[in-house]
Amino acid sequence: MTSLPGKTDKKLGLVIDLDTCVGCHACVTNCKEWNTGGHMAPLTDLNAYGKGADGVWFNRVHTYEVDDAPGCSRTVHFPKSCLHCETPACVTVCPTGASYKRTSDGIVLVNEDLCIGCKLCSWACPYGAREFDVFEGVMKKCTLCVDRIYNTNLDEVDRVPACVLTCPTGARHFGDLGDPNSDVSQLVAARGGVDLMPELGYKPTNKYLPPRPRRTAAADVGATAELVSAPGGFLGWVDRLLSR
Amino acid sequence: MHPAASIIFFTTASGLGYGLMAWAGILAAFGQMPLHRGLGIGVMVTALVLVSTGLLSSLLHLGRPERAWRALSQWRSSWLSREAVAAILTFIPATVFAGAWIFLDHLSRLAGVFTALGALITVYCTAMIYRSLTPIKQWSNPTTVPVYLALSLMTGATWLHAFLLAFGAGSARTVLITGAVAVISIPAGYTLKRRAWHYDPTPAATIQSATGLGGTDIRSVEWPHTEENFLLKEMGYRVARKHAERLRQIATGAGFIAPLLLLVVTAGRQDWLATAAAILAAIVMAAGITVERWLFFAEAKHTVALYYGR
Ligand code: SF4
Ligand code: SF4
Repeated sequence: MTSLPGKTDKKLGLVIDLDTCVGCHACVTNCKEWNTGGHMAPLTDLNAYGKGADGVWFNRVHTYEVDDAPGCSRTVHFPKSCLHCETPACVTVCPTGASYKRTSDGIVLVNEDLCIGCKLCSWACPYGAREFDVFEGVMKKCTLCVDRIYNTNLDEVDRVPACVLTCPTGARHFGDLGDPNSDVSQLVAARGGVDLMPELGYKPTNKYLPPRPRRTAAADVGATAELVSAPGGFLGWVDRLLSR
Repeated sequence: MHPAASIIFFTTASGLGYGLMAWAGILAAFGQMPLHRGLGIGVMVTALVLVSTGLLSSLLHLGRPERAWRALSQWRSSWLSREAVAAILTFIPATVFAGAWIFLDHLSRLAGVFTALGALITVYCTAMIYRSLTPIKQWSNPTTVPVYLALSLMTGATWLHAFLLAFGAGSARTVLITGAVAVISIPAGYTLKRRAWHYDPTPAATIQSATGLGGTDIRSVEWPHTEENFLLKEMGYRVARKHAERLRQIATGAGFIAPLLLLVVTAGRQDWLATAAAILAAIVMAAGITVERWLFFAEAKHTVALYYGR
């Protein structure tokens, strides 16, 4: 059914820290690695080593230069994957019922056995989170690693999405954003996390933590300044001469 | 958006086919359609062939055409599904209407009414598919549905007029009616299309809201990939402003102005000249509307382009 559930029990999603992300693409790589053997497998690559290489990826990292203060700019790395929106038109436009949003945890998935590859859902997603597999003829997308997070064959610490597990800087967090007391909700509240394109009304579950305010001075390290009194004599004369 | 040939052909051909059968049904309902077998074959077979080839061509666009029947299932939420259901249901009255006309020498008013209704509902559903795509401002605005309906009715009326003259089937009165309908529908269609072309295409979202980053200027300095990916191939299509201007002129000239002049100049006549003019008008208009439809896709900008600094 492509009608949306009125309410989901949980709102599982990601919180991505744009302050911490260093743009290493480890999450991109581990996502591909896990998912090409996972629920939506395979993530087909075409002409992977030649010119015009193309393939399915669920997670992509953009890099921006942001003018955030007069005369100053900073580099921001921006990972983007499905935001598992609360009211996603990608699901409601689907004519076959292949796209659906789960009532239990809010994850948005595609049933590849029903998909006819009309691509309408990819047009309906404002964020460019869905990618078409030309080889298989069906639409693919981030599953929030539904095949990891409930997977009892994995150790409990590993039951998080592959991108979260692998991030070397801890810029990615996973949890229930529907529960105001969860770690991720607290983090969003503390850091002023935001929705992407809120004006389009998709109500994304994933949140982005904006970079922290720019620092204009180094932090105080506790060392006191020691002033040396000006020497006299010949050295004093040389110092005065050179300081002119 | 990538202007896929299969979709451009589908929307143009099915729009024309549905417009044609809608007018045939409406005129029959008002008892204004001549009971002429050749005309029945010409009009209804053309309309059904246009609609069917259009639908088949839209199947070519699918990754898994063999599963297309599944698209009938989600009519509760999906306009694409509703379109598929409406298209199939419309075949029922349209086939009855055509069959009775061609084989039984009978113009069924009831089947005509249902054919016209089904045809217009199908075109409405097609338009709603685009109308409801929030990420594309050129489509998700109040001009889309009126333009689709108006252009379908305009091309249908012009073709019906050409068929009447070509088969020498209509009375002076019928030819006057179809001619008048065609001549009135052209400026109406143009006015609506012009409004759509001038609709403010600035997307609701900005690069600031798309990334959640403040700042006065945000420049994309590195893409996630070095080659064009699915997103750019499908949604990153760009047409140069210069070319778009020229193509709008071509669409205006061929789709509206030329057919209008041809029909107005030969208005009220039923001779070979009027026939030739009507046929020419129908063909030139179809070509012009194909250009219009190409632009409808090519000029549409998706919010995903924001992430690529486009
Ligand atoms: S990010 Fe796109 S694909 Fe994911 S749920 Fe939202 S609209 Fe759908
Ligand atoms: S491409 Fe597949 S999942 Fe997407 S709308 Fe079409 S049928 Fe549904």
